[in-house]
Amino acid sequence: MSGKTLYDKIWEQHVVRSEEDGTALLYIDRHLVHEVTSPQAFEGLTLANRQPWRTSSMVAVVDHNVPTTDRSAGIADPVSRLQVETLDKNADSFKLQYFNINDVRQGIVHVIGPEQGATLPGMTVVCGDSHTATHGAFGALAFGIGTSEVEHVMATQCLLQKKMKNMLVRVDGELGVGVTAKDVVLAIIGKIGTAGGTGYTIEFGGSAIQSLSMEGRMTVCNMAIEGGARAGLVAVDQTTIDYVKDRPMAPKGEQWDAAVAAWRELTSDDDAVFDKVVVLDAAEIEPQVTWGTSPEMVTGVNSAVPAPADFDDAVKQNACSNALKYMGIEAKAPMTSIQIDKVFIGSCTNSRIEDLREAASVIKGRRVANNVKLALVVPGSGLVKKQAEQEGLDKLFIDAGFEWREPGCSMCLAMNADRLEPGERCASTSNRNFEGRQGAGGRTHLVSPAMASAAALAGHFVDVRSF
Amino acid sequence: MKAFTQVSGIVAPLDRSNVDTDAIIPKQYLKSIKRSGFGVTLFDDWRYLDPGEPGQDHAKRRVNPEFVLNQPNYQSANILLARENFGCGSSREHAVWALDDFGFRAVIAPSFADIFFNNSFKSGLLPIALSAEVVDTLFKRCAEDAQYSLTIDLAAQTVSDTQGWTQQFDIDPFRKHCLLNGLDDIGLTLQHSDAIKAYEAQRAKTAPWLFA
Ligand code: SF4
Repeated sequence: MSGKTLYDKIWEQHVVRSEEDGTALLYIDRHLVHEVTSPQAFEGLTLANRQPWRTSSMVAVVDHNVPTTDRSAGIADPVSRLQVETLDKNADSFKLQYFNINDVRQGIVHVIGPEQGATLPGMTVVCGDSHTATHGAFGALAFGIGTSEVEHVMATQCLLQKKMKNMLVRVDGELGVGVTAKDVVLAIIGKIGTAGGTGYTIEFGGSAIQSLSMEGRMTVCNMAIEGGARAGLVAVDQTTIDYVKDRPMAPKGEQWDAAVAAWRELTSDDDAVFDKVVVLDAAEIEPQVTWGTSPEMVTGVNSAVPAPADFDDAVKQNACSNALKYMGIEAKAPMTSIQIDKVFIGSCTNSRIEDLREAASVIKGRRVANNVKLALVVPGSGLVKKQAEQEGLDKLFIDAGFEWREPGCSMCLAMNADRLEPGERCASTSNRNFEGRQGAGGRTHLVSPAMASAAALAGHFVDVRSF
Repeated sequence: MKAFTQVSGIVAPLDRSNVDTDAIIPKQYLKSIKRSGFGVTLFDDWRYLDPGEPGQDHAKRRVNPEFVLNQPNYQSANILLARENFGCGSSREHAVWALDDFGFRAVIAPSFADIFFNNSFKSGLLPIALSAEVVDTLFKRCAEDAQYSLTIDLAAQTVSDTQGWTQQFDIDPFRKHCLLNGLDDIGLTLQHSDAIKAYEAQRAKTAPWLFA
């Protein structure tokens, strides 16, 4: 019999019971909660006279609706404000561990979970948010769920699930200088396509993944969902364990030792068989820029915008011409010729300390270009912000003409006041370049923090390696 | 979930195919914190002549008198009749919540989009797929009689009118069982509470840090 994958192992450890058809009742260790997808679930619990099964499994935070400017004035949009206040109330009445808008630990749910040690290796982690995949970087099975399922987990600590298939994406070799985790995951999505991972849990492996920091691994797993997979995973190693150690919610003392011993088992067996294997050569990956309205519409920064005729099938040709029209760019134009209006450095993909260091390192005394109307840096959490300020990164950004903001989702989805106006073009470190994602009519190009910073200074896309 | 046994009522004919979830409930209302209250903005773009925002007094908006649900006899309709591929588009459960909140207990159409179909059962809204011919007949009867009513009997799996017309429909036996008894997923899972507790007790021994 062949060995087990990491996914097989975590799955088996969490099955409470199974039906004949393979549907399993899966136990959930950690339930992360934010203000947008939870109010109806809390209401449902209350209407049904139910109590949460285990409130100690829950960690709540506000992130989507919060302003990134001065917060002393509160939230201007009354509908957003009510959604935030509702989580305040629910967290209070259900006695949840909660980071409210004024807490220094407040931030994007997928940044604060790992930061607080709420995310631990081997856990099952869910949240009413598709980018829950981020937490897979810890060798945790983490995926997004809908509002009814949020309520289901609150009430029962379980979910009804069918097992996914196993995919291994292996990135072998060493990444070039200036090539980052974001470029790796964009290149992966460019290769497998946005539906390539549908029905699979993807384990990311190979020497290039192993050499990434935890921040980098989170960036990669974050975008597993953009490759169609609900969950991404990276095997546990010393890097994982070092990151988790001494986090506020991480085990301590004897329990720490026992936990580490158990976590060391969280790798795929050498003889494990994957349903699908995809291999990339790290040395071939260039800094990436998306040109279209789907994350798979991506290319190297030194390439040209593709033309519809470059694609084989009619569906893709059509998608290409629609995307070019929406994005307002010409086929065959060099990517470096594309001028930008705004820059967004932030989101659960790229707003951790390492991302901010990477973006700041590019500045070297230069200033944001005149044609760039706004360059925003939005740290992923209050603690990331504080750390960056201790390192003096805020000064570097501000002196260069960037705005230094309070933590939250911000212009990743424009549910607060930060947004693109119709037709505006943005170099963004977020994860989705869908039509209207950053504001109706807005045009998003996904890049790494270093590439976003370089684009801000140049006023157009530029190869950060030659900058 | 509400139990569904027998429902009788007026049928509102919405003569459109591919009714998508954006049409059922537009995106600006997703900032709401409620599962209820979406009924007044159900089919917002079709129902009103002016644009809507969350929080406004919808009673003051200009209604589109042409739209079926604005006709007086359909204000109390509880069965919706539509053409194929009803509920296509996004996964928003708000679409089901809006239909339910308006007062609909069932939607009859030749076919439904998958996600909408699944979501429906979570609120006790019964989607009934009947053949395109049968649906066409029902549209004709609605056109002839503004008070045209149907009775849906879930146990017998029949749809019938007062003139003796009856039609069988299919439903997955497990879903039927849940609906008849008003069981939701949560209720079903809670029947396994002992297994969940046993799992926790066992797991707390091998991985105590998960229960700290
Ligand atoms: S940063 Fe963007 S993708 Fe991440 S949780 Fe917030 S809105 Fe979603």
